[in-house]
Amino acid sequence: MKIFTYKRKGIKGRLSTRVVTGIIYSFCGLCALITLLPFLYIVAGSFATEKELIERAFFLIPSQISWNAYHYIIKTGAIILGIKNSLYLTTVGTIMNMILMTLFAYPLSRRGFRGKNLILNMVILTMLLPVGMIPMFMLIRGIGWYDSYLALTIPGAINAFNMIIIKKFFQGLSLELEDAARIDGASDWKIFRKVALPLSKPVLASITLFTAVGYWNNYFGPMIYLNSQKKYTAQLFLRQIVMTSQGISKDGSLIDWGDFGAPPTVAIRMAATVITTVPILMVYPFVQKHFAKGVMVGSVKG
Amino acid sequence: MESTKQDAVAIVNTSKQRFRRHKKKKEIEYEEKIPFFKYFKRHYILYLMVLPGIIYFIVFRYVPMLFNIIAFQNYSPYKGIAGSDWVGWMHFKNFFAGKDFAMLLTNTLAISFMNLFIFFPMPIILALLLNEIKHNGYKNIVQTCVYIPHFISLVVVYSLTYLILNESNGVINQLIQAMTGHTVDFLSSKPWFRPILLLQTVWKETGYGTIIFLAALAGVDVQLYEAAEVDGAGRWKKMWHITLPAIKATIITMLILRVGSILNTGYEQIFLLQNSLNRSVSEVFDTYVYKQGITQGSFSYATAVGLFKGIVGTVMVLTVNKIAKKSGEDGLY
Repeated sequence: MKIFTYKRKGIKGRLSTRVVTGIIYSFCGLCALITLLPFLYIVAGSFATEKELIERAFFLIPSQISWNAYHYIIKTGAIILGIKNSLYLTTVGTIMNMILMTLFAYPLSRRGFRGKNLILNMVILTMLLPVGMIPMFMLIRGIGWYDSYLALTIPGAINAFNMIIIKKFFQGLSLELEDAARIDGASDWKIFRKVALPLSKPVLASITLFTAVGYWNNYFGPMIYLNSQKKYTAQLFLRQIVMTSQGISKDGSLIDWGDFGAPPTVAIRMAATVITTVPILMVYPFVQKHFAKGVMVGSVKG
Repeated sequence: MESTKQDAVAIVNTSKQRFRRHKKKKEIEYEEKIPFFKYFKRHYILYLMVLPGIIYFIVFRYVPMLFNIIAFQNYSPYKGIAGSDWVGWMHFKNFFAGKDFAMLLTNTLAISFMNLFIFFPMPIILALLLNEIKHNGYKNIVQTCVYIPHFISLVVVYSLTYLILNESNGVINQLIQAMTGHTVDFLSSKPWFRPILLLQTVWKETGYGTIIFLAALAGVDVQLYEAAEVDGAGRWKKMWHITLPAIKATIITMLILRVGSILNTGYEQIFLLQNSLNRSVSEVFDTYVYKQGITQGSFSYATAVGLFKGIVGTVMVLTVNKIAKKSGEDGLY
């Protein structure tokens, strides 16, 4: 082996090296394809006719484009209502969480903020000790937030880990800027608004994304705390639509489809899945460059 | 919830470091010399900013923690915490003596170990392969594709699973039927539950998991590779002697984090894939707490189970962290 290696200095390298490179390239491409294939199939299926879905095993281009599934979904409106609710919940929840988190993080990032260690230890202790699902459920029912969006937004408003990431970023801002602003007569509030916030856009963008994705994708929270169908989120409706063949709803009873008529068929399930995924996929290209950075902030720096 | 404990340890460690650094630079503390009331008067706005957060942590983190005492009661919603009868360790005893405990422990550990031994290496392998790709455009396309599933909800993942695997018209079953003439009941048979769960995890998180390893790989000095090449090292030797040692610390850290949270399987994914037919292999602590407490209303019993899981989890994280530090690893951050 060693005898031959000096030959590798040629630009293209030995044949075996090129073969290995080729294998690596195609394997990675295969991984990407496998990741996308289920999506592509579902998108294709949602435009196909029911007949084709039953007769053909697998296809990426339906032989006949049919909008029936989408028509049905828009007409019956369940998932559209769910998407509206989800959008509302995601927007309001994310804005509120971000405001609370940045407000809380900023004082903790100030050098010499009295009581900083006490507050930080209080926060870190909550991350180590179990809160538990049932005590939380009891508390929320106790304060009368059951079947209200308040139960989904406020109890998770400050994610301690995200808050600490923001705090670390504030801490990393240059002290000279802050001192300069102070000498110019800026108050703490003004320094926060005019110096700290504008400089923290990258980290705030990443955390906003993670929070929003969390809200949009949350299934368990709405399932536990929401009761009335008109408040259901997209994920809850999607679950219902997919589960209908098994004829059970979230609490195990039979689903009454009411106005929606007969249980949805394959194409409709596919269309519902597509519609629920689209909002997240539309955000994805815009934030992709941010989130890699956000993950680094979170994981590498701690 | 799942990751908070790991994160907490990471933060405890970094804050300790900062504290040490802080001690060195004594001159920074000049502002702390003034009396508290004076500082408060000058910076009251900071305290106003921090107030909602403090209230939040007390109400939504500490109060529920106190509610855990109902694990030692026969809690009745009508009597409230103050009026309910105390039963001591009864719920814990019932739980450990009951036949569900063995099943839950087996299932939880089986799923955790499966993730540890089969899923865990995958992001590392993919990251190493991606690192070999020198064509940046191609690399970016692959990365963009494999990250996407991380942002998809578990309900959609279940929905995809269902549409592809179900017995009557799923793609896979249509193919199997075309070849062999009969179908496989993937979604409600016991032996298929864990493989499908693993497959979902692999599909959803492998790509995203590569980010942290790719970050570690990006930090490797290119000169090391050039030097190795001059010395006649091939692709394999370079990987073995430069690349792997470079990400060793990251791998060990991630491994420790996983071992520390071995009882955390998460609810959503398992809950979505669970049905009455596969319950004996799919019930884990998290789903059990939900069923006992919220569906069936045995609040005290479910709280006892949750408390047991939570405390074991905390102890595990702290122990593993300590072992990591003792064995000379820089630890979990």
